[in-house]
Amino acid sequence: MDTIHACFKDKIGEVLLPGDVFSFRLPESGDGSIKTDKIICGPGLRRNGEEVQVCKSGILRHKQPNMYWIDSQQRRYVPAKGESVIGIVTAKSGDIFKVDVGGSEQASLSYLAFEGATKRNRPNVQVGDLVYGQFTIANKDMEPELVCIDSCGRANGMGVFGADGLLFKLSLGLVRRLLAPQSEIVKDLEKIFPFELVVGMNGRVWVKAKTVQQTLIVTNLLESCENMTSQQRQTLFKRVAEGSL
Amino acid sequence: MRVVALWSEMAKDGAAKLSKNILRMKFMQRGLDAELKQQLEEEEKRIVSDEHWSLDLPELTAKENHIIEERSCVPCEDLVYGRMSFSSFNPEVEKLMLLMNTHKEEEDDSVSRMETDITDEEMARRYESLVESMRKKFAKKRNRSTITKSGEDVNCNVDDNQHKNVFLKPQD
Repeated sequence: MDTIHACFKDKIGEVLLPGDVFSFRLPESGDGSIKTDKIICGPGLRRNGEEVQVCKSGILRHKQPNMYWIDSQQRRYVPAKGESVIGIVTAKSGDIFKVDVGGSEQASLSYLAFEGATKRNRPNVQVGDLVYGQFTIANKDMEPELVCIDSCGRANGMGVFGADGLLFKLSLGLVRRLLAPQSEIVKDLEKIFPFELVVGMNGRVWVKAKTVQQTLIVTNLLESCENMTSQQRQTLFKRVAEGSL
Repeated sequence: MRVVALWSEMAKDGAAKLSKNILRMKFMQRGLDAELKQQLEEEEKRIVSDEHWSLDLPELTAKENHIIEERSCVPCEDLVYGRMSFSSFNPEVEKLMLLMNTHKEEEDDSVSRMETDITDEEMARRYESLVESMRKKFAKKRNRSTITKSGEDVNCNVDDNQHKNVFLKPQD
């Protein structure tokens, strides 16, 4: 629909504040045979009847063909369905584990939600373990639920991980930049030395390298990337790479 | 008919009344007229609809939603798989990375061909010989000779020259 996309078009790339409204009246035709395209409102945009309201301050982004969202910064994570996060097991009660994901509530993880788990064959999960899982239920009315298998029943790398290594917290915007398809930060980092990285959408990152010192170096580099331009970051990484060699 | 008439008279006198359920049974209905039947049905419907609760709302039509809400930013920004490993620090995770990221790419591409170790022609030839050997293995002893003979024919026309060994009745 041209009218709908036209409303958004001039605002793409601009800073919007909560309370800004995009309203459009769909033209009523006599036949009612116009097939209107659907618009997908991503995070930061909310539907209010026939209008779209902005509920977070940030820059409006667009992806073909019809996806719009607000690119904003925050540190506090709000669980959303389908996102993969790192959780810490805090309690074992009956058939479920209580997992802290950094949200307002603790998520529950059923012991059957691991690959190859049955009632007799329980997974080996202890309190304090790190778990990488996906949300199946995550809304404001219910307790969030995690699972460590996909819809086919395969683990796909989810589950308990991390015998060694270090877990630390980053802002959500930086985490999204790390997970972007052609992330420059990741490309620069991998040139320094081999290491392993698990990134959760809740801002938690786990790093493991060969020695403790290397692990700490990677941690500090990631934490400092938050407010640097790409130039500053590249010079810093080069210095570290030369220093470590 | 007579039974019904008698009973209803008795009811008027104040003696035992017939219950509704008995009157609804089939043997009591046979005597009724068509009009009486209709009246009874209407009364029943009225009772039923009174007992059912219903809302006095105008008909609501579901509006077609053109706007879909998406809570997660993963599809918006095409974020990659969260576990990563570099310079073969953890080979299993590197395998997972390839698997999960190409899985995502395959959804975008229409058809992606996998790398094959042997060509399609070689595969067809091997399959042909496999079928042949399996057929021989499970063929009965009598049919085994026919298989080897008919292999030379290009079109694989099954010839009916081979007679089945049937009992020949001796002629007198």
